Amino acid sequence: MRPLTEEETRTLFQKLSKYIGENIQLLVDRPDGTYCFRLHKDRVYYVSEKILKLAVNISRENLVSLGTCFGKFTKTQKFRLHITALDYLAPYAKHKVWVKPGAEQSFLYGNHVLKSGLGRITENTNQYQGLVVYSMADVPLGFGVAAKSTQDCRKVDPMSIVVFHQADIGEYVRHEDTLI
Amino acid sequence: MGRKLDPTKKEKRGPGRKTRKQKGAETELAKFLPSAGDENGKRLSSRARKRAAKRRSDSVGAPEKKKLSPSPKPLTKGAIQSSQKKGPQAPGLKIGNEALFGPARGKKRPAPPHSSDEEEDSEGNDARSEGDDWASMESEDDMVDDYGVASEEETDEDDELLPIEKAAQKQRAQEAETLDQWSSEDTDEEEEELSSQPTSKNDEANGDLQINVEKDEKFVLPTGKEIEQENILLGQILEGGAPDLQSVHQRIQDIVGVLRDFGSQREEGRSRTEYLSRLRKDLATYYSYGDFLIGKIMDIFPLSELVEFLEANEVPRPITLRTNTLKTRRRDLAQALINRGVNLDPLGKWSKTGLVVYDSSVPIGATPEYLAGHYILQGASSMLPVIALAPQEHERILDMCCAPGGKTSYIAQLMKNTGVILANDANAERLKSVVGNLHRLGVTNTIISHDDGRHFPKVVGGFDRVLLDAPCSGTGVISKDPSVKTNKDDKDIKRCAHIQKELLLSAIDSVNAASKTGGYIVYCTCSITVEENEWVVEYALKKRNVRLVPTGLDFGQEGFTHFRERRFHPTLRSTRRFYPHTHNMDGFFIAKFKKFSNAIPQSKKSDAAANPEDSMDSRLGDGPSVANVQVVPRPKVSPKSAKKPKQAGKAKFAKLDTGKAKFVRLGTGKTKAKLGAAGKEKARQQQQRPPPKKAGFQNGKPVHKGPRSPTARTSSSSQPPPRKKQKSRS
Repeated sequence: MRPLTEEETRTLFQKLSKYIGENIQLLVDRPDGTYCFRLHKDRVYYVSEKILKLAVNISRENLVSLGTCFGKFTKTQKFRLHITALDYLAPYAKHKVWVKPGAEQSFLYGNHVLKSGLGRITENTNQYQGLVVYSMADVPLGFGVAAKSTQDCRKVDPMSIVVFHQADIGEYVRHEDTLI
Repeated sequence: MGRKLDPTKKEKRGPGRKTRKQKGAETELAKFLPSAGDENGKRLSSRARKRAAKRRSDSVGAPEKKKLSPSPKPLTKGAIQSSQKKGPQAPGLKIGNEALFGPARGKKRPAPPHSSDEEEDSEGNDARSEGDDWASMESEDDMVDDYGVASEEETDEDDELLPIEKAAQKQRAQEAETLDQWSSEDTDEEEEELSSQPTSKNDEANGDLQINVEKDEKFVLPTGKEIEQENILLGQILEGGAPDLQSVHQRIQDIVGVLRDFGSQREEGRSRTEYLSRLRKDLATYYSYGDFLIGKIMDIFPLSELVEFLEANEVPRPITLRTNTLKTRRRDLAQALINRGVNLDPLGKWSKTGLVVYDSSVPIGATPEYLAGHYILQGASSMLPVIALAPQEHERILDMCCAPGGKTSYIAQLMKNTGVILANDANAERLKSVVGNLHRLGVTNTIISHDDGRHFPKVVGGFDRVLLDAPCSGTGVISKDPSVKTNKDDKDIKRCAHIQKELLLSAIDSVNAASKTGGYIVYCTCSITVEENEWVVEYALKKRNVRLVPTGLDFGQEGFTHFRERRFHPTLRSTRRFYPHTHNMDGFFIAKFKKFSNAIPQSKKSDAAANPEDSMDSRLGDGPSVANVQVVPRPKVSPKSAKKPKQAGKAKFAKLDTGKAKFVRLGTGKTKAKLGAAGKEKARQQQQRPPPKKAGFQNGKPVHKGPRSPTARTSSSSQPPPRKKQKSRS
């Protein structure tokens, strides 16, 4: 387990800012203590310092996970955000999308969101903007990337994709093995 | 009043196709539906219904006969009147003749009339009421067989008499009537008599009738050989085929009934053990258990609960789930699930977050609420150890065997994501589900590690509370995994128990007894065997400075304080056992320890605990008696060994002194403490010896040391061994 290097931190924050903008500061300085990111076996973990103190006693091969895993770095040093980060990103999300109940199941199976399933979308969403996907009951369902800007969304036909799927909570059941 | 014959409505008779053709709903149904008041509301079989229908359809002929009877009836009270009988006689005779061909259809109809004159009246009465019957039977004469019985007998409601028996009955009845002519005044009376006769005959007669003789007959315990023979006779060989489960089940119930009231119900010459061994084999056969496990179960449960327990293991427990209070409330979750079509209820007043699911139209493990982490599927008994542990906020908790993460997440939610939890498991595969579950439920204060639990205090220690859900034989969750019935044997149980003991000691060592808010260890297993539960707890009580405390669970059965020949510490009453048949949750055992001292009792060569443990008053008795024994055979050695430290060099003395000092301290400080006998004896001796020794030493000349000094030196080096020997003896 080691802290992130400059490069890695930059890549991570770049990715996160796509979804939550400048609110990253809120992630680090929280009222209940300082939190930090650590890298362990190519995965980025978000932990509070209290937990970190205990975790350093565990050897590398025995440590499996700590705090919350945000995602992992691929072999080519790109950062891939996992669904496990949803709980932290959802409250700070800048751009949100609400899907209709009918399309909810489809999104949970890993499909993209079509115009016909789109309920609401925040204004001024640019194309390829990072989004957090919600259900109509305001339950966060996952992450996505806008395929069209908000204005374009209004114009396109119902069968075209408006949100690219990136991660959804259905993965907890579908991809249990890859979470670790 | 012409002939019934209407060419358009001519009924086809005979074996041809046209007779088999259906005649239309009204006519067909009329045969089956009983018209009101016809049959006194009795439930009839299909045959009876058909006959009744035929009777009704042929009842045009019957009223004629009935009209003839009223006039002679008042005159026929037992009197023989031949003249007036002529009217009914002719039809009576005719009917009587026909009746001889007609069968005796069981109890309902009395025996057909005898052809003698004297009986005409009553018989006439009888015949009248049965005129319809016989008339209907006349039409069925093509179906009458040799014994005068229609081949399509109904056997379901009436006695299962063979045809020849019925004919014999008939004859007997007729003979009886000749004797009882004067006493039979009413048809009813006679009918009753005649109907009672068949039953009494049945009682006497034959064994192949199935009669309920439970009260009269005692259960006969077949021997093993008899059963084998029986099985072979039935064409089943025990090794190859399946024994007849029905009879085995019946025998189980019979044996349980006998054993319950053994004094009166027993068979002479058969001992209780024979019954028990027969029961054991039958239970093993019926419920598919291996012999070892069924024996263990029979040891634990009394007879009244035994079959219930085995039955409960065949049925799965209800699905339960626990609300994740980090993300939602039980009320809101219940509402959301009900909207999805799940039928659920709160679990019980002992749980504020549990829900039990009766049925569900959606897969309960894949609803959006599940995926959002609002609940987790967890067995009701798995919620109990965490309730017993009662973790507080900002504590450090260790969960030694955490997979699949249900208990860990419950601990986290009780702590509101504060503090730190170290969740450990030895199985890497199952850790994946731990990671998944904890992330899904939004638990952030947990470190997950993959290590053998026995490494624990070395890796990191000083926890406030530890939860140990030890790997066990799984005899409490047979309903989840039926293979446990056959694949567990003595070796497995002992191996499990060994690992559990080691894990429990590690868990105890990982706790910081001086913790401000904690110092508790909860040990639980999903097993019901005493070897894995009470023994392990007893072992820990002996080996470490812990004591049992109440779990905080107000329901559940208390743990055993004695079991067969073993006796456990009385505080084991505070442990709890749960069973599938009494609590409708998986079999479980929970014990809660409080650690009161961080010191680990020294166990030297022989593992005898030599340090004080305040709670163990029961060990007081051992000291004196053993000490006496020790003193007598070795009077010389002990003085020598006691003196030796004085004579030996300062270094040795110093070294030994600390050892002695320890004992002396113990001896003086805590007389009531539980000491190994050696320790006590040592203390006493050395209490006695040092003053004179010291005196001797101070003088500069120990009393009897001169010639012995060389030997003293040699034996001084060997001093530790004699001491140890003494200890080991105790």
